[in-house]
Amino acid sequence: MTDTSARQFEGEARFGDYVALLKPRVMSLVVFTALVGLLVAPVRLHPVEAFAAILFIAIGAGASGALNMWWDADIDARMRRTAKRPIPAGVVEPGEALAIGVALSGLAVVMLGLATNLLAAALLAFTIFFYAVIYTMWLKRWTPQNIVIGGAAGAFPPMIGWAAATGSISLEAVLMFALIFMWTPPHFWALALFTRSDYAEAGVPMLTVTHGRSVTRAHILAYTLALVPVALGLGLTSIGGPIYLAVSLALNARFVLGAWRIWRREETEAEADGYRAEKLFFRDSLAYLFLHFGALLAEAGLRMLGLGGATWL
Amino acid sequence: MALKVEHELHRRRRGRNVGLALLLAGFVVLVLALTVVKVQRVGFAPLQGYDHVVQPTLVPAAEGGRSLDPVTQGRGN
Repeated sequence: MTDTSARQFEGEARFGDYVALLKPRVMSLVVFTALVGLLVAPVRLHPVEAFAAILFIAIGAGASGALNMWWDADIDARMRRTAKRPIPAGVVEPGEALAIGVALSGLAVVMLGLATNLLAAALLAFTIFFYAVIYTMWLKRWTPQNIVIGGAAGAFPPMIGWAAATGSISLEAVLMFALIFMWTPPHFWALALFTRSDYAEAGVPMLTVTHGRSVTRAHILAYTLALVPVALGLGLTSIGGPIYLAVSLALNARFVLGAWRIWRREETEAEADGYRAEKLFFRDSLAYLFLHFGALLAEAGLRMLGLGGATWL
Repeated sequence: MALKVEHELHRRRRGRNVGLALLLAGFVVLVLALTVVKVQRVGFAPLQGYDHVVQPTLVPAAEGGRSLDPVTQGRGN
């Protein structure tokens, strides 16, 4: 093959481009929360089954990411943060992304069902449907509440992990879901505050675009306050304990303080210091989620050693 | 004429093929491991019940201690 005839293939995808289609960074959060949901459950799975469960939950999440990139390629091309994704960059064809998304969705759901149980598989199927259809195709371009309702898709993994282990849903699973669900809006609205032009140019009805920035600041505070009882309430269930409650109290105090600061700030003040408080709050929000689930894991570890757990209450 | 000219494109495609091969091999290993785990847990005997054929050896002994197993039936077993 000569260089001339090879030129048409120069933009051809590498293996890594297909991996990028699955949003590996989002997948890492899904793997972590699903793993915690599975490990804190009162029923033990065989390690091979547990590994398979987490793997297929992650693949399901990745598949919905590919479907999201297929549908949102036009938006992604217009936003700086997403312009280098495989489809807008021209290395992966939209049809390929669709095929990969659909195929991996089917594989993940069927294999999770075979590896664990039908409830977990049904929850995974619903999560993929919710993210790809309800959020991506419908809510994202239609309502500024897109983040609030769409956050449910990201909140399902620990519940699926719990269901994979126990075959049922309980208060603990619902509260783990609620923790991520309530955490998502302040997390993304803080991001929207310091990447304002992107969403506006892409025509995504972010709250910052439709209702203004001061309303968004008030919403961040309101959702953060509503998040506090959910986070602390989880500590009073069978999977909580003193370590979780101590960690949660500290994290919530810091998070509420950060939200309060964001609410009090004027836009000119934020612009002057390059959105320092908003960026700090965004970073804190990542730590907030990781440390809450990390604390749940620590409590589970202590219970395995015969220490801590619900017996302390 | 030498036909073995390697273009950068070939290296890229080889990378993709090797990646896919490893994924498929990993999938095969995982399915095998899952099968072993599940069969070990349940044991082989109950699996015979899925043959759509009556398996007398699986039917619990009938009342009076008489088994439905044709081999032992009528021997008061």
